[in-house]
Amino acid sequence: MRINIKAAAAAAVIGLLVVSGCSSAGGSGDDKTINLVGFAVPEAANDAIADAFAKTDAGDGAKLSGSYGASGDQSRKVFDTNGKDVDYVHFSLEGDVTRLVDAGLVADDWNKGPNKGIVSSSVAVIAVQKGNPLGIKDWGDLTRKDVKVITADPASSGSARWNVLALYTYAKSKGMSESEADDYLKKVFGNVTTWAASGREATEAFKKGVGNVLITYENEAILAKQNGEDLDYIVPDHSFLIENPGAVLKDADGIATDWLDFVLSDEGQKEFVKKGFRPVGDVDISGIEVDGANDPADPFPVPKSLDTIADLGGWSAVNKEWFGSDGEKLRFDKLYDAATKQ
Amino acid sequence: MAEVKEIRQHKSAVTYLLRFFVIGYLFVLVVWPLSEVVQRTFAPVEPDAAGGFGAFLERLQDPSVTYAFGLTITCAFWAVLINTVFGLGISLLLVRYDFPGRRILSVLIDLPMSVSPVVVGLALVLAYSSGSGWFGEGLESVGIFIIGSTPGMVMATAFVSLPLVIREIIPVLEEIGTDSELAASSLGANAWQTFRRITLPSIKWALAYGVVLSLARSLGEFGAVKIVSPGAEFRGETATLLIQNRYTNYDESSAYAAAFVLVLAAVLALVVVTFIRRPEDRT
Amino acid sequence: MTDVLAPPAGPARTRRPSGGPFRLSTASGIGLGIGLVWFSILVLLPLAAVVGAAAAGGWSAFAGTLTDPQTFAALRLTVVEAVLVTVVNAVIGTVVAWVLVRDDFVGKRLLDVVIDIPFALPTIVAGLVLLSLYGPDSPVGFNIVNTRTGIFLALLFVTLPFVVRTVQPVLLEIEVEAEEAAASLGASRFTTFRRVILPSLVPAITAGSSLGFARAISEFGSLVLISGNTPYRTEVASLKILKFLEGDNQAGAAAVAVLLLLVAVVVIVGLDILSRRVARRG
Repeated sequence: MRINIKAAAAAAVIGLLVVSGCSSAGGSGDDKTINLVGFAVPEAANDAIADAFAKTDAGDGAKLSGSYGASGDQSRKVFDTNGKDVDYVHFSLEGDVTRLVDAGLVADDWNKGPNKGIVSSSVAVIAVQKGNPLGIKDWGDLTRKDVKVITADPASSGSARWNVLALYTYAKSKGMSESEADDYLKKVFGNVTTWAASGREATEAFKKGVGNVLITYENEAILAKQNGEDLDYIVPDHSFLIENPGAVLKDADGIATDWLDFVLSDEGQKEFVKKGFRPVGDVDISGIEVDGANDPADPFPVPKSLDTIADLGGWSAVNKEWFGSDGEKLRFDKLYDAATKQ
Repeated sequence: MAEVKEIRQHKSAVTYLLRFFVIGYLFVLVVWPLSEVVQRTFAPVEPDAAGGFGAFLERLQDPSVTYAFGLTITCAFWAVLINTVFGLGISLLLVRYDFPGRRILSVLIDLPMSVSPVVVGLALVLAYSSGSGWFGEGLESVGIFIIGSTPGMVMATAFVSLPLVIREIIPVLEEIGTDSELAASSLGANAWQTFRRITLPSIKWALAYGVVLSLARSLGEFGAVKIVSPGAEFRGETATLLIQNRYTNYDESSAYAAAFVLVLAAVLALVVVTFIRRPEDRT
Repeated sequence: MTDVLAPPAGPARTRRPSGGPFRLSTASGIGLGIGLVWFSILVLLPLAAVVGAAAAGGWSAFAGTLTDPQTFAALRLTVVEAVLVTVVNAVIGTVVAWVLVRDDFVGKRLLDVVIDIPFALPTIVAGLVLLSLYGPDSPVGFNIVNTRTGIFLALLFVTLPFVVRTVQPVLLEIEVEAEEAAASLGASRFTTFRRVILPSLVPAITAGSSLGFARAISEFGSLVLISGNTPYRTEVASLKILKFLEGDNQAGAAAVAVLLLLVAVVVIVGLDILSRRVARRG
């Protein structure tokens, strides 16, 4: 009996060791694997691009291993590990890549190409419950008393910063002064019931029914509809162009550069389009049906006015004016404090 | 005596009231939600997900899921191994020896259980990450990476389950005293023989109990691992991280399947622990 | 079969080792050294790094973070919820322990196992378990997501075993003589309970409650899916740390973390003192 127990224990230990040998987090030393670190929402699109990439000569046998989460946090993780085992990053905000440039992990000229470092784009939209029971048409409706807004939190999420800028530029497009714009933002913030950690968690909160209006990326709304969620979305007359940067790390495997080229190629962008992103550059997307879009045949209506980050002087100017880091309170943070204080 | 028995066995309305209250409370808080998980594992609420045992097994055979469980087992295995060796040594030292600072150490040993998992993760990052940790740069220069790789995840797991073995062994060691050990050594047994022949047999059940507890805790660690792990499929995604990722990524059925396995593991641990406890209780 | 997976401690079980007869030999000295090095690498140095990061900005930065209205609201909510849960547990936990020890009915042993489930379950699974019944697709039509009720329920779930498991063994050991005497003097059952039994349970209830309180203050995993992270409403300390970390504010994260650490240390030291007192008395 005693021997049996010992034998069983030994067998169990050996079994465990065998399993241990098979898996390790450091993993994937083989140069056919592209280790991607990205912001919360483009997983489905990147997986689709990877499938297409694996069918090309350059990408033959390539495998994509992606980590997704709140953009700022993902960037911190890459920074914290000095880019070990990371080949390619796909963030929501330029600043998240800039941090890696400053740390010497990404080349200085990462945004000097024709695409300026941008690999995917979308616009800010308003998602509502199926059938739009509240009759939301525009950003102006978000100040209404019966509206409960869900958005990501700019403290951690890149998506959230795009949302705030969409609201701000809407106010400006209506001819409001700066202080009127502040009042408008404060009112909308006062209606926010959930500040989620990332764009995806905001969608998650909306699905769980904690609010009735979600400010999000157009592609995220389309993806949710592709996955059978009961929601509709509105592309308002005014919106903001969301541009997400992607970059290859300095000491990445060679295949990562091929991957980035493929992502930016027409073929790669078409995969993004199928998952609801707007194409970067001149890509002919006629003939692609985008499931889940309001009109699958004409998925991306052009808003009457569309502001871009360049219109506001670029990210470094915007961050300096709006979003404080390390506890510093700038324009957004003050409005947020004023609106959420109870 | 008869009176007390009467008091204790007398079933008044209050007895029944309390009994049904307790049953109801535990049912609503634990049993009913658990049964709902089982139900959703085999009959997912998602519109186009297949139900049944076959679909459940298929979800578990997905390579990313098997990888996640493999990694969870790896981390748990090393953490438990480290904690067992360390726990045995420290317990013996604390009970059998007298040295300065012994009392402080015995209090500090309990600390890891009460520290929030997020704080554990943060602490490891602040100490060992290559980018911002105290020792990160030094470790990196000799090629050691802790945060964002398996060693960091093992450390996070070991941290949170550190005191479990020690807490089980110490009371038993104290109880058995040192007489037989002293006798053995006076008869010429060396330290190792004394340990093997005298100490180990008397603490084996407590040790086994502590190991099972550590294992259960290690398999389920989430918060600390979430912060130190790279968190990608096939790269640092453990079973618990997988549950969160799948749940928030339109794949609730996989999340429930993985959760069900962990529930089973937890219940199994409880059953094993019950059986280990028995022989000890009899003595 | 008492005290299965529950974190033990408490006066009922842990006595701090009183030190043995042996002097450190060379071998055991080396062993102690290795043990201490590992303990430092794993626990002490990282925790010191947290304190260091919190102190790096000076006192004003530390205080500034904690008194920031949003952070302060998160801390207050955490403490209030933890206190509420602790009070509920102190009462219900004692009742549960009472029923498990003094009552007898079919299925009691099963109930005894059920008590330990919340502690054995991974925290993220605990969150999922509660969400499946009280979440968005709730079959009972009760959605706790992003509400304080949800946080309360999650904390109640994960801290269930603490008081039960510390009170149970004490209740088993209570001597019958005192009860007998009280009963023979004509005390009602309630009076007997209040005057005779309860006082001897107090140390155990206190110990279990403190452990539960420490756990509730630091709880993270089970709240991730349930709390909506809304500032001033459902954001708790551990989630606030994560948000600071995600927002790249390590000093802020460390400041809140130090506060949680302090609570943990106070509870541990308090329990140590309590258990010594009980040991001396009894």
